Amino acid sequence: MAEVKTQDFVAASGAAIEDATLQRALRQVGGGFNEARLEAIEEVSWEAWEQWREEARRIKVHALEHLDYYLELLYEQVTKAGGQVHFARDAAQANAIVAEIAQARGVKVATKSKSMVSEELDLNKTLESVGVDVFETDLGEYIIQLAEETPSHLVAPALHKTKEQVSELFHEKLGVPLTDDIEEMARVAREALRSRFLAADLGISGANFLVAETGTLVIITNEGNGRLCTSAPKIHIGITGMEKVIPSLQDLSIFLRLLPRSATGQRLTSYVSMVTGPRRNEDEDGPEEFHLVLVDNGRSRLLADPELREALYCIRCGACLNICPVYGKIGGHAYGWVYPGPIGAIVSPALVGLKDAKDLPHASSLCGACREVCPIKINIPRMLLHLRHRLAESPSDAENSSTLIERQAAKGYTWLMSNPAALSAASKVGRMVQKPFSSEGKVAKKVSLPLVSQWTAARDLPTLARRSFRQIWADELEGESETRG
Amino acid sequence: MTQPTQVHASLFVTCIVDQLYPQVGVSVVNVLRRNGVIVDFPGEQTCCGQPLFNSGYTQLARQLSRRVIDSFTLSDYVVVPSGSCAAMLKVFYRELFSGDPDYGEKAEQLSEKVYEFSEFLVKVLGISDTGSYFPAKATYHSSCHLLREMEVRQEPVNLLGQVDGLELCPLPQAETCCGFGGTFSVKYPHISEGMMEDKIANVLATGADTLVACDMSCLIHIDGGLSRQGQSMNIRHIAEVLDGAEGSGGEGNG
Repeated sequence: MAEVKTQDFVAASGAAIEDATLQRALRQVGGGFNEARLEAIEEVSWEAWEQWREEARRIKVHALEHLDYYLELLYEQVTKAGGQVHFARDAAQANAIVAEIAQARGVKVATKSKSMVSEELDLNKTLESVGVDVFETDLGEYIIQLAEETPSHLVAPALHKTKEQVSELFHEKLGVPLTDDIEEMARVAREALRSRFLAADLGISGANFLVAETGTLVIITNEGNGRLCTSAPKIHIGITGMEKVIPSLQDLSIFLRLLPRSATGQRLTSYVSMVTGPRRNEDEDGPEEFHLVLVDNGRSRLLADPELREALYCIRCGACLNICPVYGKIGGHAYGWVYPGPIGAIVSPALVGLKDAKDLPHASSLCGACREVCPIKINIPRMLLHLRHRLAESPSDAENSSTLIERQAAKGYTWLMSNPAALSAASKVGRMVQKPFSSEGKVAKKVSLPLVSQWTAARDLPTLARRSFRQIWADELEGESETRG
Repeated sequence: MTQPTQVHASLFVTCIVDQLYPQVGVSVVNVLRRNGVIVDFPGEQTCCGQPLFNSGYTQLARQLSRRVIDSFTLSDYVVVPSGSCAAMLKVFYRELFSGDPDYGEKAEQLSEKVYEFSEFLVKVLGISDTGSYFPAKATYHSSCHLLREMEVRQEPVNLLGQVDGLELCPLPQAETCCGFGGTFSVKYPHISEGMMEDKIANVLATGADTLVACDMSCLIHIDGGLSRQGQSMNIRHIAEVLDGAEGSGGEGNG
């Protein structure tokens, strides 16, 4: 499984904010996606959009509630079409299945189209360890593979890189001249990849959707690399999470409308590839073998959890990342695992363990923008709150990460706020104490207050008013005639 | 002619207004009374519990929530000069007490009665113009809970649009969070600060001299940053604007 660095969130997010190049990259991209998304929705009208979202959610709820049925149907249909289905309990098992297929057929070169699940499994490392040269063929993935990095965004894996950085990377690794022309960089990558496509004996893809009734794997891409990966090599392995199954082709149509509009503001991606089994006798080309690896790796735990099940409805469009002001400030890597942003702050704790990712559910101002843009109406803020609740109050040691000081502070606050008399007394004391430390209605800058000292590093704090509202009410307002005018 | 039935409303003043900006509470009372509302202030009320709730201390949040629910059982309406605290009372209490044999029903009843201040003026009192005068070049910050939990979008903007003397400048990225987020700004001050800086840049770009919002919490945050950057801008709760409260309002702080 991919290395877990969620424990380092505080330091990593701090470093991200200090990183001027990253900040430039984040500013350049984020806004564009959001504007394109809005345009694409307005084109079909908000009413239609809302109906599509409802419909998509209904399909996901239904598919996940009957996951056992649809997985079995998918299994039957893929098998009937001549493919092989493999179920993997965890990352190790999934990697072993793919490695075994590759080794048994003497695979030397594999091309891959973009797959977040393969990132989750750290599949490339496993394949390399059994002597397979793996080449990422999505441009963004190709860039980060060259840079030996991990994706920082669900649909734009190299979003954290500026074009200058990419040019330098190509110059260094491929020996091409520096350029600021993006098309030229794409041409360089295309050239470098062409021979790989021809040499590959294994093609690996993810899946955006799996259609149960037909046993079809669906991937939507913009570069055409996915289609080459799934059709040119002799073997095609599709690898994805088991939650990607939907009942029918009819259901697929709604997702094909929602996903590209939500992700990049496109009406449709350039390529929609639908793969049903390997090459048939009458086909002119296509792989001789088709394998579908369905990965659990913690997903059944999510499914069994009524509070968090919704996270499995995610279609990985990245709209919540694009709109999230926290993601917009810290980028994807700071989240410390494969899935970043608001949805990642739920999926990562659920898959790597809540205690190891305890900072993520708090890495949100709960502004709710993620829920507003989610094409499946996933209630991300509520799940973040729920995870916070488990971190603070769960009876299980495996989840509760609250400190004694925190618990005492919470209890003290509850006590104070349950006793209006004590509250009044405390605020009187506060007013006296603050006097020497105040100027012009703000706490003086030099004063270092416990708990909020970091807050006041960049912001002035207002002082308590001379009289509280309840005092003014008692003194002046209560006795006044109740209505005027 | 018979007098129209008078509207009775209780004020849930919120901790921040009570302790830091009491003049906002005074303006709320002034505006409501001027529009014929009989206002009361149940003195037993304290914090709505949102800081605890947002930190995951659900059980402790329920303790405070019960107090608030009990404080308003007799009220016809509960008016809150904050989208965030209003959302706690209206939206989150229902979730906190969902299925609770004692408080489930009470939370539902309270939920029906809770309105954010500007929402109350428009939806309950049917006011589109408060007849206010407030000379300023202002911009309006939409707070997140008001927008996305209370679903109050246009009401405050429309009311501000009718204020005499007030020039309303549109705020770029108006619906992006200012980075306050309550405990978020204490837990991750560096991220919060980054978000705040973007908000401040957008606010300053409007050329406004006054920043108006329905939530003092966001305003404390943005004002705290502005003040630290040496920028001077008036911050005003919408109630102060509609009350025509000029100057620093009330008797000040400190």
